[in-house]
Amino acid sequence: MHAPAQVKEADSPAVRLSQVAITFALKGGGTYQAVRDIDLTVGASEFVAIVGPTGCGKSTLLNAAAGLLKPSAGGADIFGERLSGLNARAGYLFQQDALMPWKTAIDNVAVALEPKGVPRAEALARGREWLGRVGLAAFADRYPHMLSGGQRKRVALAQMLIRNPQILLMDEPFGPLDAQTRQIMGNLLLDLWAQDRKAVMFVTHDLEEAIALADRVVVMSAGPAARIVGDYPVSLPRPRDIAEIRLDPAFHAIHKAIWATLRVEVQKAYAQGEGANA
Amino acid sequence: MRRTTLLAMQVGVGLAFLLVWHLLTAVPVSGGKPLFDPFFFSTPLDVLARTWKDLVSGELWYHLGITLTETVLAFTFGAIGGIAFGFLFARREILASVFDPYIKAANALPRVVLAPIFALWFGLGIWSKVALGFTLVFFIVFFNVYQGVREVSPVVLANARMLGMNERQLLRHVYWPAALTWMFSSLHTSVGFALVGAVVGEYLGSSAGLGYKIHEAESVFDVTGVFSGMLVLAVFVIVIDTFVTAIEKRLTVWQPGTGAATAQG
Repeated sequence: MHAPAQVKEADSPAVRLSQVAITFALKGGGTYQAVRDIDLTVGASEFVAIVGPTGCGKSTLLNAAAGLLKPSAGGADIFGERLSGLNARAGYLFQQDALMPWKTAIDNVAVALEPKGVPRAEALARGREWLGRVGLAAFADRYPHMLSGGQRKRVALAQMLIRNPQILLMDEPFGPLDAQTRQIMGNLLLDLWAQDRKAVMFVTHDLEEAIALADRVVVMSAGPAARIVGDYPVSLPRPRDIAEIRLDPAFHAIHKAIWATLRVEVQKAYAQGEGANA
Repeated sequence: MRRTTLLAMQVGVGLAFLLVWHLLTAVPVSGGKPLFDPFFFSTPLDVLARTWKDLVSGELWYHLGITLTETVLAFTFGAIGGIAFGFLFARREILASVFDPYIKAANALPRVVLAPIFALWFGLGIWSKVALGFTLVFFIVFFNVYQGVREVSPVVLANARMLGMNERQLLRHVYWPAALTWMFSSLHTSVGFALVGAVVGEYLGSSAGLGYKIHEAESVFDVTGVFSGMLVLAVFVIVIDTFVTAIEKRLTVWQPGTGAATAQG
């Protein structure tokens, strides 16, 4: 367990990306610049959603904050400290299934405490508690393939949160789920988040989801060399219900404003043929 | 199809085969002789009678025991070696690159040519057969474990790393189970090859085992003895395979498609 954020840290944002550029070497020579000139700050208890057209490098940005990718220029500061290697203070929720398929739900959650040196019996007890919080107490002994897509996401959520990370990085986590399950998962996420308000970077291509969840929506341009082209505060009251907030007139006003920016980029991406591949 | 219907049909095919064999070799046609000479083809009843005789006399159990011992030893050592080297090579890319041509060459070599060498080195007892089986099992397990460790899902791996796992924990929770999966997927093949190594080794030079028994019968043109040996071998293989399937079912309970319930919604 990390010690509570100290006073000095409280002044520093959870994540600060400064002048980040990320370039990939392509097979057969040449390079591809995914993102450039990225300046992005996420406060210690701020929920930031990042939207943009398909293939604009949203996930790349998340990987830079996670330490899974090293920026080719600029850098990431985590609570004021320059990140080198993996970001030990962050939890990551992947779009794809990332659970260990050979472990049951409870083992998948409990194993997340092993790197912290928590004894197995205690880890299992806390794992059961977390499975309960995500509504899967009765499914502890199921293997991932015996769970539905939504249930697997719940396990992954519990696996991430049990470590009590101060930063949550989420890469279109509810993307593969059906519409109703997405809403349920969105509300579950907001409930859990409201309890201790971690810093969140939430990548999605669904603008409505972004507005419903976040305090701020950041819009990225079409790739390659995507930049941030918009940064909108979402001043909707909390607690929110994902399904109901969409009917709020204020929601529509925000949606309209952001969509004006996003639409241009989506069209650009589509014209480049990026719209065809996910 | 229902299980019982399927089983009945499976048994039916076997009986039909035996019946045709019997009609061709044991039923006299014109001239008082059967269509096929039993000297060359034996008859099903003779084969069964011979097998029964060997079973009752206890001689067969001795040879079966020898072959089983060789199979189990060859599989155990081959699997241990294959897992160890598969792991090592998958985690140390440089080793894999350097040894790649030699491993391919060694694997391409027909193992039968090694049998006399092994007999020379390890004698005519069980160890030369174990060595032959080892060379077969080792490569199957090696390639599968190597593949398994290298093809661990990058997402599962990234997730485990983000959970803070160190190299040892990754090994235990990610690489090891992934490698075992691949090893189990080749379990039938590798157990089968362990048996092949044992029998071929016995056939080429020994004083005990099923392969020896078949060879002995062949050398005196005892076709009934050869078929009896083959029958025992076939039943033996099916029993071992059933055993392997049972183990596999237990160990791969987490994999989809093993008959476990899948939740919806």
